[in-house]
Amino acid sequence: MSANPSLSLNPIADLRQLFAFPFMVNALEAGTIVAVLASVVGWYVVLRRQTFASHTLSVMAFPGATGAALAGLPISLGYYLACTLAALALGPTSRGSRRRYGSETATIGTVQTVGLAAGFLFLSLNQAVLGGPDSLLFGTFLGITRSQVLILLAVAVASLGALTALARPLLFASVDREVARASGVPVALVDAGFLLILALAIAATSQLTGALLVFALLVTPPACAQLVTMRPLAGLALSVGFALAIVWLGLGIAYFTIYPIGFYITTLAFGLYLLLRVSRAVRERRR
Amino acid sequence: MIDTAPAVRLAGAHVRIGGREILGDVSLTIEPGEFVAVLGPNGAGKSTLMRAILGLVPLAGGTVDVLGTAPQRARGSVGYLPQRQSFDRQTRVRGVDLVQLGLDGARWGVPLALTANARRRRTVERERVRQVIELVGASAYATRALGELSGGEQQRLLIAAALVRRPRLLILDEPLDSLDLPNQAAVAGLVRRISSAENVAVLLVAHDVNPLLGYLDRVVYLAAGRALAGEVEDVITAPELSALYGTQIEVLRTSDGRLVVVGQPEAPHHHGHRHDH
Repeated sequence: MSANPSLSLNPIADLRQLFAFPFMVNALEAGTIVAVLASVVGWYVVLRRQTFASHTLSVMAFPGATGAALAGLPISLGYYLACTLAALALGPTSRGSRRRYGSETATIGTVQTVGLAAGFLFLSLNQAVLGGPDSLLFGTFLGITRSQVLILLAVAVASLGALTALARPLLFASVDREVARASGVPVALVDAGFLLILALAIAATSQLTGALLVFALLVTPPACAQLVTMRPLAGLALSVGFALAIVWLGLGIAYFTIYPIGFYITTLAFGLYLLLRVSRAVRERRR
Repeated sequence: MIDTAPAVRLAGAHVRIGGREILGDVSLTIEPGEFVAVLGPNGAGKSTLMRAILGLVPLAGGTVDVLGTAPQRARGSVGYLPQRQSFDRQTRVRGVDLVQLGLDGARWGVPLALTANARRRRTVERERVRQVIELVGASAYATRALGELSGGEQQRLLIAAALVRRPRLLILDEPLDSLDLPNQAAVAGLVRRISSAENVAVLLVAHDVNPLLGYLDRVVYLAAGRALAGEVEDVITAPELSALYGTQIEVLRTSDGRLVVVGQPEAPHHHGHRHDH
């Protein structure tokens, strides 16, 4: 990468510069795919208050990636495998309890820590290939390959397709589990299905934002959208819009500066959330 | 499903949960369009009886027919409001969306309404949602967040959601719980109106019969896993309840017509009846 990016005052030239290098095109494409996937799946996460389960899944992405590298497998395969396995393990704990994840927090917390530690061990055993833990934990947009982008696209299409099929029963079960069950929604199946979709979305997002900063795309944009509107379709659309804006801006800024992408994406997301929170509080006070 | 079939018929129904007999030999019949209260102390198996009628718990013996068929097959014609606490303050879902989910929430896929037929159906459905919200008197606040509404307002919208598919049987599990007295009376009156207006049989689980007096067709009294059904005056009497409980019970009537049951033993706490919320 011999790019020596510098920001000129000509926005068209700057944009052309952004698309001049294949690695940057890959990053923009990957970012776009991930933003759409994460913000749609995340809209349900926020509604269902499954942020803790999401956090667990995202932490498991770290040992997945380092473990795959140690075993000589493609790293992105490690992400998908680890998150999916974690979702399958988490599934039964969520079943049958009305408060969903409330009582299992101790178990989940314990498993999370071990996962993080195992990831660190795999990393130490394999320092040569992976370098430091920074990019795996906090994200990078460098070195996203063409095949990685295509896999991301396939995963996103499959996940969003499955989510479309589940859309209404999942919404029903999220709002009122008991009533949904009595209306004939197979709630256990719907819950398990969503957890798998969530795992895929997190595995995909981790590859751009790093395992620890997944929430900047998974939780913050939908949380912002739900501050603005309660309508399901409008909320989903707004969530996608916010996520795309955050990713594109973040990538743009990261390209012209030396600091990591994860920081920009997270900060932009946080800034948006803060803005909407404050403006809502002001509006409510005026009322 | 035959129109003249009873809304519910149990014959010698037994329910066992975790090896413990919750219901033993319950037989009763609910006619179409009847408004019936299900009464009894904590742990008498009221919620379990409702769940058996919904086909959510299996019978260990006897039979249950709902609208002339098996409970699972009758689900499309049964509206259900579970025993619950209210939606918490953070619930950012509109009442109108909850009612809409009551109508189509069990359908897979997303509604696109691409054909003229689908668009017509959508118009009909929207009109039904509006109509049922009006019936429960919730039009003024149906587009506000559920979490911002009072318990009584939430209850009305939940009843609307249970009612939107035009069920022939409506099961309401303790809908008066956690409401203040004026709201209890209002919801009792509302359910009576719905039962008559939509010709729907209603099973309403309650702790206390008094808010419902004057609205009911009949009561079912559950105690110690057995049931007694009939008119209020015939069931809530000292001899009948004493026989049901197997212990001395007194029924007092206050000057304003309220009934007080004295001496009813509350079931032991470990009875397995869920009351954890």
